Amino acid sequence: MSAYEPVIGVEIHVQLSTRTKMFCGCELSFGDPPNTHTCPVCLAHPGVLPVVNEEAVRRALLIGLALGCEIAPRSIFHRKNYFYPDLPKAYQISQFDIPICGRGEFRALREDGSELLVGITRAHLEEDAAKLTHAGGRRAGAAESVVDFNRGGTPLVEIVTEPDLRSPSDVALFLRQLRQTLLFLGVSDCSMEEGSMRADANVSIRPVGSHEYGTKTELKNMNSFRFLERGIEAEIARQEEIVGAGGRVSQETVHYEPDTGHITSLRSKEESHDYRYFPEPDLVPIAPDPAWVEELRAGLPELPLPLRRRMVGEMGLSAEDAEVLTEGPELVVYFLEAAALADPKACANWIRGELRAQLREAGVEPWQSKVTPAHVAALVGLLDAGTVTVPAAKEVMAEVIVSGEDPADVVESKGLGAMDEGDLAAVVAEIVAANPDQAQQLRDGKNKVIGFFVGQTMKRTGGRADPQSVQRLVREAVRGD
Amino acid sequence: MGLRDLTAAGQIAAVLAGETSSEELLDAHLAAIAADDVDAFLAVDAEGARARAREIDAMPERPPLAGVPIGIKDALSVRDVVTTAGSRMLEGFRPLYTATCVARLEAAGAVVVGKTNMDEFAMGSSTENSAFKNTLNPWDHGRVPGGSSGGSAAAVAERQVPWTLGSDTGGSIRQPAALCGIVGMKPTYGAVSRSGLIAFASSLDQVGPFARTVEDAALLLRHMVGRDPMDSTSLDWPGEIAAPTATDLSGMRVGVVDELMGDGIEPGVRAAVDAALGTIEELGGTVVPVSLPSALSGLATYYVLAPAECSANLARFDGVRYGPVAPAANLLDQYETTRGDLFGPEVKRRMMLGTFALASGYYDQYYGRAQRVRTLMVREFAQAFEKVDLLASPTSPTVAFPLGDRTADPYAMYMADVCTIPVSLAGLPAISIPCGLADGLPVGLQLAGPAFSENALLGAAHALEGALAFDTRPPGLVT
Ligand SMILES: [Zn+2]
Repeated sequence: MSAYEPVIGVEIHVQLSTRTKMFCGCELSFGDPPNTHTCPVCLAHPGVLPVVNEEAVRRALLIGLALGCEIAPRSIFHRKNYFYPDLPKAYQISQFDIPICGRGEFRALREDGSELLVGITRAHLEEDAAKLTHAGGRRAGAAESVVDFNRGGTPLVEIVTEPDLRSPSDVALFLRQLRQTLLFLGVSDCSMEEGSMRADANVSIRPVGSHEYGTKTELKNMNSFRFLERGIEAEIARQEEIVGAGGRVSQETVHYEPDTGHITSLRSKEESHDYRYFPEPDLVPIAPDPAWVEELRAGLPELPLPLRRRMVGEMGLSAEDAEVLTEGPELVVYFLEAAALADPKACANWIRGELRAQLREAGVEPWQSKVTPAHVAALVGLLDAGTVTVPAAKEVMAEVIVSGEDPADVVESKGLGAMDEGDLAAVVAEIVAANPDQAQQLRDGKNKVIGFFVGQTMKRTGGRADPQSVQRLVREAVRGD
Repeated sequence: MGLRDLTAAGQIAAVLAGETSSEELLDAHLAAIAADDVDAFLAVDAEGARARAREIDAMPERPPLAGVPIGIKDALSVRDVVTTAGSRMLEGFRPLYTATCVARLEAAGAVVVGKTNMDEFAMGSSTENSAFKNTLNPWDHGRVPGGSSGGSAAAVAERQVPWTLGSDTGGSIRQPAALCGIVGMKPTYGAVSRSGLIAFASSLDQVGPFARTVEDAALLLRHMVGRDPMDSTSLDWPGEIAAPTATDLSGMRVGVVDELMGDGIEPGVRAAVDAALGTIEELGGTVVPVSLPSALSGLATYYVLAPAECSANLARFDGVRYGPVAPAANLLDQYETTRGDLFGPEVKRRMMLGTFALASGYYDQYYGRAQRVRTLMVREFAQAFEKVDLLASPTSPTVAFPLGDRTADPYAMYMADVCTIPVSLAGLPAISIPCGLADGLPVGLQLAGPAFSENALLGAAHALEGALAFDTRPPGLVT
C-alpha cells in the first residue's frame, strides 16, 4: 500500500462530427487530399469573419445536458493568442471564463457494481488547429514542416473534469463510459486513434489522508485508453519516487513513451505562453432559446448507465449482457427494437450469441446485416411457440443472413418446421426397432446410449426434431418393447 | 458644368435621361484620376470598370446606381483587384472575394474604378502612414487630407469620383471628410457588414460613405445597410435609408458637447462651428449645452481597446499563406523578419501597445478598465439623448495640418480624433458636413445621433447643408 494518493483530473477534446467547420462553410473531411477543404475564412485571409455553426452549438448543448451541466444562458467566445503555423489567425477562438456548459457530473459504473462519480468543471466550444507534419516526424530541428488546413476549424468541445479521480484504472473506466455516452448522443466519432477524441490528464500525488493538492503535471495527448492508463501509472510512480527521495515535483507537461514506458518532459510550464485572452469582438454571445434547450433535454437518448440498469432490472438481462449490448448506440438500438417485440432475454442471447457469431466471418455488425431486429424477434417467437427447434433456428438465421427473408417464410420454404409428435414417435419407433442391441443396453440402465438414439433421430429428421422430445420418445419406445 | 461637377444623384439622373452613359462617366473620371495631382488612388482597375460600365449601359433597365463610378478604400476586399490596406505586408495581394458592402453596391449598379490610399491598416489620421505614398489635401497640396481614409476623401473633393467608401474606427471617415470639405458618415455599429473589411479594431470598425452632398451619402448608404450572414455583428436595418428632404430644423433639440468645445479647438474651427450652431437656431432648432464627462477619457480608452484588438487582428500576417515573405532560416526568424520588415512603425507601435494592454497581470488595469469606461460612455450618450435629438461638435479640433507636421509626434496625431472617438466607442452614427472655412481650409461639423437615427441625422445634415451653402470646390480645381 502506497503512502501516497494520486489525484487526477482530465481534459477531453472531442471533435464534433458536424457536416461543416466551426466558423465557416467548409465540409469536414478525413483522409481527403491536404488543403482541399479550405476557404478564405479558415485560411484567415484579410477581412474574413467567423460565423458560429449552430449545429456545433446544438451538439455542445447535448453534451452539457447529458453531463448534467448548467447551461449558460449567455456564453461568449474569447481569442487565445499565440503564433504557430497550424493556427492561421494566430489566435484560436475558444471559450474562456463564460463557457456554454458549466458544472455537471458524470456517473460511471465499476465492474463490482460500485459507482464512480466524477465532477465536470465545464465543457466549452472551440476550433481545432490545422495539422502539421514535420519532416522526419520530429518537431524540433525538422528540415521542413507542412500544414494541412483541412482539419483547421473543426468544431471541438473540451470537457474538463474536477480532480476527482484517484486511480489510473478509474480514469480509463471514466473515459470509456464517457466515450460511450458521447457515442449515444451521436455528437462525435470519438476515435482515439484518429484523434477525434483526445485526452490529457493532470496528475499529482499527496500523502494519504491529506486534503491539499500536490504540484500537478500534465500528461499530454494519449491516443488510447490503455496508453493513458499506463502513462498515468508511470507518472504516479515517477512522482512517488521524486517525493519519496525528498524532492519536489515541478509543474510541467510530460509525455509517455509507450515503447519504453518512460516519462519525458515536453516543456516547462514556467516558460508557457501568455495567451492574452480577450473577448472575441467578431462574434455575438451564444444565448440559446430556453425552449430550445428544454426541447434538446427532452429529446436526449436514454444514456448508457440508466439503460443498463433498466436492462438488468426490468428486462432480466445479466450485467454482462447489458455491458455488451450497450457498447455502442447502434447495437443498443438494434437490441431494444427486437426486445420490444419478443422476450428480451432470449433476444439478447440470440443477438450476442448466434447472430454475432454467424456474422463475424463477413465482418458485419447486426445493424449492418440483412437481419432486422424484427427478424430476431420473429425467430425468438417461433422458438417460443415450438414451431422450430434450436438447431433449425440456427439454420433459419443463416438463411436470413443471406436472403433477408422473413424467418417464418424460411421455415416454410425450407421445411424446417418442428415435426409433430406422432410423426416423430413413428421415426423413433423405427430406429429403436432397427437397433435392438442398443435398446437392450438402455433397458439395462446404460443411460449414455440415449445419445446414440437422439443422434440417429436428428440425422434422420434433418434437425426438425426437438432433442428433449426425442429423449422422451426413445424411453417410451424402449419401455414399450 | 462638366460631368464630374454633377453629384452622384445628378449623374444617375443624367444616365436615366439618356444624356450620358456609364462608360462616358467612367471616361471622364478616369481622365481625372490619370491627371491626379493629389495621389488619391493606389490602384485603378480601368479594364474591369469599363467592362462593367458597358454591361450596365447595355441593360434594358438600369440598376438604381446606373453605373456611376465609385472609389473604394484599400481596406476593403475587391475580388482580383490588388488590396493592400496601405501595407507592404499585402503588396500585390489579390483577394479571393469581395466585401459584402462593395458587392451590394456593385449589384445596385455602382462601378468600382479603383482602390484609394490610406494609412497602413487604417492606423493614422493623415494618410502619411501609407506604406506607398502620401495623399495631398486638394485644398492645399502642402497639407494632409486627414486619415485614415485620406485617399477616399481627397478623391471625392478632387471630383475624381462622385463618391467613395471609407472605414471609420475612431474618426477615419469623419476627420478626412472635414479636412477635405466634403460629407462623410459613420453609420451605427452593425449597420453595414464588415465582411471583407480588413480589420483594424473589430468592435469599432464601420464602413461608410464619402460624397459631396448629404443626398449622395444617403443614397450610397441605402444600398449598403442590412444584416449579412457573413458578419454576426451586422444588424437588420429597420426600414430604409430615405432620401433626405428636410429644409428646416424646427423642433429639433441639438446638444453641444461642452467637453468637445474646450481649449484644444482651434479658434478658426471654433468660429466656424459657432456660426453653424447659429444657423441651426435660424433653421428653428434649439441649441443646448450638454455634458459628456467621460468624453475626455475617450482618447485614452480608445488607445487601449483599438490596439488590443489590432494586436490580434494583425497577427495573421505572417507570410505563411499569402503576401510577401522575408527569407528566413527558421520559423521564428520568418515571423520576426517578415513582420519586422513589412509592418510600418505606427502599426508596430499599436500592436506593442495592444499586446501590453492584454498581458497577463495588466489586463484588468488596462483592457478591463477601458471596457468599463466604454460602458460608462455608452450610458452617458444614452442619457444625453434623453434630452436632445442630436449632438453637435467640431469633427476635428484643427483644420488640415501640413504634411510631416505630426509624424514625429504620435500623441499630436492621435489628438486629431479627439472629437470623433467618443461616438465610435458608443457605436453611434455620426456625420461630418463642411460648415465653413478657417484660413481658407474647410472645417467640419459633426452631428451624432442615437443608434439607428441615420435618417434623422441625414435629414438634419441636409437642412443645414442647404442653409450653409458651402462650396465644395477646392480652389483651382479644374473640371
Ligand atoms: Zn473554411
